[in-house]
Amino acid sequence: MRVMLIDDSKTMRNIQKSVLKQLGYTELEEACDGQDALSKIGAFQPELILLDWNMPNMDGLTFVKSFRSTNKTTPIIMVTTEAEKSRVIEAIKAGVNNYVVKPFTPDVLSQRIEETLSRCASS
Amino acid sequence: MDASYITPFVVSIQNVFTTMLQLPVEVGEPRIKTGSKASHDVSGIIGMSGDVTGSIVLSFPLETAEAIVSLFCGESLGSDSDDFADAIGELVNMVSGGAKAGFDGKQVSISCPSVVVGTDHYISQQKDVPCVVIPCTTDCGELSIEVAIREQSRAATSESGSEVASH
Repeated sequence: MRVMLIDDSKTMRNIQKSVLKQLGYTELEEACDGQDALSKIGAFQPELILLDWNMPNMDGLTFVKSFRSTNKTTPIIMVTTEAEKSRVIEAIKAGVNNYVVKPFTPDVLSQRIEETLSRCASS
Repeated sequence: MDASYITPFVVSIQNVFTTMLQLPVEVGEPRIKTGSKASHDVSGIIGMSGDVTGSIVLSFPLETAEAIVSLFCGESLGSDSDDFADAIGELVNMVSGGAKAGFDGKQVSISCPSVVVGTDHYISQQKDVPCVVIPCTTDCGELSIEVAIREQSRAATSESGSEVASH
């Protein structure tokens, strides 16, 4: 399973990497913002994307809108501090499949990843 | 400043530190800050814009910051490490993001964080906005949250809060 982590914080990418490795996912690619992700996504072809919202150059929501114009199926989990209901709705409408609010425990992130993958596999 | 803007920061720092660091935070009595000298050696700074504007500073003594960053990253990291500022920035990002979710019905955006490391640095905030210091105590040492924000009238939301750090 190829997983792309998009977050401007290396600390946060490292925390997510450790959760993914515990789940057995080792084929990982990192990007520091939406623009960086778009430049890497063609070569990496991720099967799951973990995406921050607030990033320099291109934020997560702009990335989702751009990515979803050509790819409707790859699951995206937004992992962000944006916790307001209106933000969650905005992200889901743009094409995000699931949502994790920072701070999170490793258990919550693991649970959302597995839930998202099983939901997307059965649809 | 409306006291209802302080409680969300108290709740948020306790949530962030307990969830990400397993580090309980004891919160002291908030007070108004005078002068622009930073409370401690390391400042994580974030701006707010929208219905509420201004800036938030998470301020740590160097030793406390290094201990907390090491807990957060799972390895010992000094302030000379490239990852030190990144971790401080992410902490202020989570504390501010969590707090703004507690601003009932307000549309607020937060900036990408900046981090200043150095003894006796100054943080210039909007002069007409009082800065409230919330002192905190943890097993890694003391730290503080500095909240200098105000509610913005709908007509004025294009004006943004600003902060400038200097050393």
